[in-house]
Amino acid sequence: MLKEKKEKQQSLHKRHSDLALANKQLEKLSNGIFASGELPLFSEKIKETDQFPLRPNKLEILQINVGYMCNQVCEHCHVDAGPDRKEIMTRETMEQCLEVIRNTSAHTLDLTGGAPEMNPNFRWFVDEASKAGIKDFIVRSNLTIIRANKKYHDLPEFFKNHNIHVVSSMPHWTRGKTDKQRGEGVFDQSIKALQELNAVGYGMPNSDLRLDLVYNPSGAFLPGDQASLEKEFKHALSDDFGIQFHNLFAITNLPISRFLDYLIASENYEDYMHQLVEAYNPAAVKNVMCRNTISISWDGYLYDCDFNQMLELKVASKIQHISEYNEEILNNRKIIISQHCYGCTAGAGSSCQGAVTE
Amino acid sequence: MASNTYYDPADLRKFGNITEWSKELGEKFFDYYAKVFEEGALSAREKSLIALAVAHTEMCPYCIDAYTKDGLQRGITKEEMMEAVHVGAAIKSGATLVHGVMMMNKVNKLEM
Repeated sequence: MLKEKKEKQQSLHKRHSDLALANKQLEKLSNGIFASGELPLFSEKIKETDQFPLRPNKLEILQINVGYMCNQVCEHCHVDAGPDRKEIMTRETMEQCLEVIRNTSAHTLDLTGGAPEMNPNFRWFVDEASKAGIKDFIVRSNLTIIRANKKYHDLPEFFKNHNIHVVSSMPHWTRGKTDKQRGEGVFDQSIKALQELNAVGYGMPNSDLRLDLVYNPSGAFLPGDQASLEKEFKHALSDDFGIQFHNLFAITNLPISRFLDYLIASENYEDYMHQLVEAYNPAAVKNVMCRNTISISWDGYLYDCDFNQMLELKVASKIQHISEYNEEILNNRKIIISQHCYGCTAGAGSSCQGAVTE
Repeated sequence: MASNTYYDPADLRKFGNITEWSKELGEKFFDYYAKVFEEGALSAREKSLIALAVAHTEMCPYCIDAYTKDGLQRGITKEEMMEAVHVGAAIKSGATLVHGVMMMNKVNKLEM
């Protein structure tokens, strides 16, 4: 039991788990039920509606992962983030990103991690990037970081001063479900952090300070209807804690990294893949996020999405690094797919901005 | 094909196949089924909890599997789910017990 508890506080990398390796995850996603033909490959599925090869539409979102270090070790984390991860974007790579941010046609800049705030150059980077005049500047904050240490207590004010759009994870409106997925005590700290964000104006009705929440199912099941869940969240968080927020994004857990590890260990992998394939929605493929996003890793490499980044599948383009960034050439690429992509096309679809179909 | 048990969890995924041997009736059933669970005078959430309670009183493993998952997807808590199961259990046991009145009537009629 103690060993299990300790393992839960460590990344797969730290545990030297096989699934810390991208090629082992990709093997798992291509063997078994997919190799036997029990389930169709994602490429075959999108061929049915002439959507193969998948190609980008207009670039709208630059998503930058500034490091895998995090103060939490969530059970479902696709990044395998945690306090033991040391991969952090350097100031030099950030400078290269800023050059791109100043010239991009994307209207949204999306900073993620790990806990992006733990990067020692985070504030400087936000300061500089916000001068570029990008319309929507998102920081994905795990909330507890605001409460983790005195040096982060002023983050709500900092976000406000830079007109940051805060997007935060909240798997459920009850303590038990939240703590089980994200770690003991996370719920109470998240509630306090949300109240502090509300206190400076975030998430209030008619406020321009956007505060959205991300919901990930806390187990081997798909998210329900986003609008219904949003209603439940708003009702419960407002009644129980007086908390306000704008929108809820319901995001499907993709079968990679720690969530894949959980699926296999709990003997839910095959059932979950069946669920994803059965819920496949060709309409979601049209708006899937890899078609309007470029994901940039801590070391400056370019990917079709954050999931492909974790699977080490760099963009299929002669441009693969931020230092040689060229939007026109990149937009001519074919998007790299595998069976994890079923996670973004199930039901109403799933992206970092939630559902992608009505 | 051959299974050593009457119930196989994988069979739930094959439920839709019943239309293969009787297309019209099968499709009418699934249309009806889908309509029943839409938002109506009752919310889809309330219907999910009713279905879970009935799944237990009917002791249908497929239905329990399906509506437990459905409840989780809707964010229904395990406490709410267990209360729904108790509602089913209470009706089930009440239905048994209320027949005790029949027994009492019979005894009263037969005894001097």
